[in-house]
Amino acid sequence: MSSVPASAFLALALILFCIGLYGALTKRNTVIVLISIELMLNAVNINLVTFSKYGIAPSITGQVFALFAISVAAAEAAVGLAILISLYRTRKTVNIDEMDTMKN
Amino acid sequence: MMENAWLIPLFPLLSFLILLLFGKRLKEASAYVGILLTLASLVFSILVLFERFSEPTYSTKFDWLTIGDLHLTAGFEVNQLNALMLFIVSLVSFLVHTYSKGYMNGDERFPVFYAYLGLFTFAMLGLVISPNLLQTYIFWELVGVGSFLLIGFYYYKEEAKAAAKKAFIMTRIGDVGLFIGMILLFWETKSFEYSEIFAAVDAGAVSGTMITLTAILIFIGAVGKSGQFPLHTWLPDAMEGPTPVSALIHAATMVAAGVYLVAALFPLFAASKTALLTIAVIGAFTAIFAASIGLVQTDIKRVLAYSTVSQLGYMMLALGSAGYVAGVFHLMTHAFFKALLFLAAGSVIHAVHTQNIEEMGGLWKKLKLTGPLFLIGTLAISGVPGLSGFFSKDEILVAAWEGGHPILFFLALIAAFMTAFYMFRLFFLVFTGEARSEQKHVHESPNNMTYPMILLGVLAVIAGYVNTPWFGSFLGDWLVDGNPALGHGHVEGPIWIMIAATVVSLAGIYFAYLMYRKRSIARNTISGTGDTLHTILLNKYYVDEFYQLTVVAFTKGLSYFLRFIDVFLVEGLVKGVVGIVQGLGRTGSKMQTGQVQTYGAVAFFSLALLVVIFALTGGYLR
Repeated sequence: MSSVPASAFLALALILFCIGLYGALTKRNTVIVLISIELMLNAVNINLVTFSKYGIAPSITGQVFALFAISVAAAEAAVGLAILISLYRTRKTVNIDEMDTMKN
Repeated sequence: MMENAWLIPLFPLLSFLILLLFGKRLKEASAYVGILLTLASLVFSILVLFERFSEPTYSTKFDWLTIGDLHLTAGFEVNQLNALMLFIVSLVSFLVHTYSKGYMNGDERFPVFYAYLGLFTFAMLGLVISPNLLQTYIFWELVGVGSFLLIGFYYYKEEAKAAAKKAFIMTRIGDVGLFIGMILLFWETKSFEYSEIFAAVDAGAVSGTMITLTAILIFIGAVGKSGQFPLHTWLPDAMEGPTPVSALIHAATMVAAGVYLVAALFPLFAASKTALLTIAVIGAFTAIFAASIGLVQTDIKRVLAYSTVSQLGYMMLALGSAGYVAGVFHLMTHAFFKALLFLAAGSVIHAVHTQNIEEMGGLWKKLKLTGPLFLIGTLAISGVPGLSGFFSKDEILVAAWEGGHPILFFLALIAAFMTAFYMFRLFFLVFTGEARSEQKHVHESPNNMTYPMILLGVLAVIAGYVNTPWFGSFLGDWLVDGNPALGHGHVEGPIWIMIAATVVSLAGIYFAYLMYRKRSIARNTISGTGDTLHTILLNKYYVDEFYQLTVVAFTKGLSYFLRFIDVFLVEGLVKGVVGIVQGLGRTGSKMQTGQVQTYGAVAFFSLALLVVIFALTGGYLR
């Protein structure tokens, strides 16, 4: 285990974050966007766990925070999906570029 | 009584206000409001005048505006000149109010006419009791407004509209001079009060050049108001107004305001030889210039208008030759006989419904009252011995001779000849011979028109006897009252001047008689067959055309240039600024697409950019 350096974990987190960001900024389907946001969250979680293991003061606290973040993310995903479904019912679409009511 | 003199201008103001508010309801009864209130002014004026004979000058003032150490005051003063002017103005105004009842009868804006007359009379009476320059200036402008409204009374006539505008603008040009002169005087003496200005001039607190400059600037104001050359062109055009107005404003009162102003500020003018000479030269030139134009005009009112300009020139000549008494004396007699002439002319126009003297003739038998009255006025203005005009004109000629201006004296003498000639030309053409066009229903005017004329006729005969070389110079002594700045009450002149004036006046009459009555001299004897001289005179020396080509063209050109700058430069700048702001706004609003992903992308890349900058510079803290 200890043979894997911290930079590998951080690189994985970075790649995941970039994929998530790309998806969140470019995909038209709102479901994909939500999934991409989950990816970015999880990249953050990997960072938290990595620093709790390889940081200046290693402790279990970071991993506990990661667990909290996962559960909160699950709740957030549920709320997001609920909003998305109600949106779909009124607008008959899940395309994010058609949801531009902020413009007016 | 004199302490209540401030009431005199307020009666006509009251008339103006009443007619403004209730004129539509009063209709023909408006005339009685105006007549009664001006009668009140007249009664008060007469009482004030008689009290002033025995008592000293009354003057009072109160602080009007206080700015720091500066006190601007308002008030009134009854000195000899003011008391005399109050009497003249309120008398002529009262008579004109009465006369207009008949003349304006049936006009649909009858109450408005009386309201305007009230406003004008208020302004004129206020002007002649003002104790300081600022108050004088305010009333001076009000008088101009009254004149503007009355000239343009027949506003549906294009000529009347143009004449009203012309009168207002031409006098404004003069007023600018007056205003600058007034402010310069204030700058020098720190006061608008006549008494303090005279004291400062007397004490030598104002430099000689400054006195000359301010005096000439103030004289420019008088030039505008009194129709002196070169600002005289508005006065003949002002004849587009109703005839009673011509009698009141453009013969007896407002045009005399310029002469009054010079007389009121006489100690200032007397302190500068140059200023006096300027006044004398302009006065004499105007006198002969306008008289020569009057020789050929065919409109009865225009002949009288040019004669007014010419007579005002006489008054200016008198004042410029240090003949204070002569100037004021002529102002008084002229007010009476010229108002008489205008009212009589109005009566003629009322009877024959034309103003062209070539179409009149033979009216002597038909207008049994107007004819003799017109003859009295004509004799008075021609300077026939025994009538008022003779004495005042003689005083002026003496003043010009004794003042050391022999050239101006001879100009005035020639002008006197012309005056007698053109006035009798007018008389012969209108009243004698046969009617030169078909005239129906020629009738004498009603009583309320003839009575004022009779009163003025009496005054035109006897007014001269208050100041004669034979029976004592009562008016002159009273006016001067030992004040050295105003000169002598009576100037003794050589006897040949009086004889010369008489001869010249009679020669003018005889010449006119030969030419227009007996017709033993052809009418084109002087001008010859070429007719050039006649054409030049008929076109008033082309002064109007000259102004049209120079001043008006220049002003128009300048206006077009300024308009160009306004449209393209100023407006362009404004539009440019507006365009930039609008463009910025449009770009900004285009960026707000409402697309969450765009916002996210912008936020992210901006953050990334910030981080890059931070990494490169290491933050601003270091």
